Amino acid sequence: MFSSSTPELWPAPLRPIAALGGRTLDVVSALGRFGQFFAQAVGYIVIPPFKLGRLVDRIHFIGFRSLLIVILTGAFTGMVLGLQIFLTLSRFGSEAYLGPAVALSLIRELGPVLCAVFVTGLAGSALTAEIGIMKITEQIDALQVMALNPMRYLVSPALVAGVITFPLLTAIFDVVGILGGYLVGVELLGLSPGTYFGEMKTFVNMSDLMTGYWKAISFGIIVPWVCTYKGFNCGHGAEGVARATTQAVVLTSILILVWDYFLGSVLP
Amino acid sequence: MIRVQGLHKSFGSQPVLRGLDLDIATGEIMVVIGRSGGGKSVLLKHLVGLLRPDAGSVAVDGVEITRLRGGELDRVRERYGVVFQGGALFDSMSVAENVAFPLREKTKLGRAEIRGRVKEKLEQVGLKGMGGKNPAEISGGMRKRVSIARALVTEPEIVFFDEPTTGLDPILVNTIHHLIMDLHRKFRFTAVMVSHEIPEIFEIADRVAMLHDGVIVEVGPPDAVRASANPIVQQFIRGDIETVPAGQRR
Repeated sequence: MFSSSTPELWPAPLRPIAALGGRTLDVVSALGRFGQFFAQAVGYIVIPPFKLGRLVDRIHFIGFRSLLIVILTGAFTGMVLGLQIFLTLSRFGSEAYLGPAVALSLIRELGPVLCAVFVTGLAGSALTAEIGIMKITEQIDALQVMALNPMRYLVSPALVAGVITFPLLTAIFDVVGILGGYLVGVELLGLSPGTYFGEMKTFVNMSDLMTGYWKAISFGIIVPWVCTYKGFNCGHGAEGVARATTQAVVLTSILILVWDYFLGSVLP
Repeated sequence: MIRVQGLHKSFGSQPVLRGLDLDIATGEIMVVIGRSGGGKSVLLKHLVGLLRPDAGSVAVDGVEITRLRGGELDRVRERYGVVFQGGALFDSMSVAENVAFPLREKTKLGRAEIRGRVKEKLEQVGLKGMGGKNPAEISGGMRKRVSIARALVTEPEIVFFDEPTTGLDPILVNTIHHLIMDLHRKFRFTAVMVSHEIPEIFEIADRVAMLHDGVIVEVGPPDAVRASANPIVQQFIRGDIETVPAGQRR
């Protein structure tokens, strides 16, 4: 019987259809492996023994090492927002709403998304490269022959660390961003501090905070999931690791934006 | 005893093992020789359960490991020590942490006892006082010795060596070979070694198996293999460049 994975065996007119079928099967099986990888990682989170030391190490790896870049980018994002929104609002004489506009933009949207993208570039790419190098230098094989499960050791702690650190990093990004907006709006452009923070209390409510929180948690799952998967499935040699790292960053960034739109339209 | 029967493995359309049979007796040093890219490491990966065969079986003391998964396979692996070709040391850990790692993860030994065992193993491989170094700071020969110390720290019954001396100078090759012999004499583990260090390997092997074209073409004590009439074996031992005519193979 002909197989769609060998289109050259098909009669010439049917070969494009066979090739399309083969590609489709490849994509479906890759998605299956991707899902199975996640299910296994989640399984090892709930089935003991737990690798607490590894979890602390991954929290440090993803969270602490990303702190400086999150503070820096958060501050400038808030300052840009403060400047641009102030200039726009001043055309309508509504500068008083600068505080809530900056806060809502950051808390609901820009905070979780930008923070996740920056952490992907910094810690996500490092996760892929680290696991990829472990794979090509047989360190993952070494774990296996020591009867240690690499998923339990390398992936599950990264997933838990992502869920813990992303909301915290996002909160820091939001706070620093709001202060950046304050610096520009209040200190440089002359808005009163009471107006900046007072209006914020009126317009920002709990559901806005929860929207940002759920987004941050889901990005905290997506980033380590994709980045560790790409590391585990990297090709041979330095080129294979380099390609896997690029793919991890690009795919994660796209998934963050797609998932952000989905959550933005579903959450209140 | 390890019994390999009818082992077949292909990668894509490329067959690597073509019905390989091999018996490895308990306590012996079995050295598998053969040309680079001939499937020696693939055979080793089947023995430690890192690869699954397309057909055939690998049995360790009667337990068919090719069908085992998860915890059952791990229980067999707990009897193993493996020295990888490149060492496979964890570069995020120091030398001592690398050696301590299997003990820390797989046993309930206390810190002091682990520290004692690590110190003892590092001394046995001639790396006294090197525990604090990083794998990146030590030479290739030292890395191999750390890898041997890590493989032996749990006192395994079976130790696999994947080209433990590749890329080392002749003095270091002999040093590692003597180290393996000394440790084998002391701990009496079964050793399966993949190597193409000819003729040095004949000094340490109890038996030698020659892998060619995916099958074992000769197996026996070193002297018997050296005296083999098989032209492939002779060509490999002498390092002749000309190829053996197809009719004279096996």
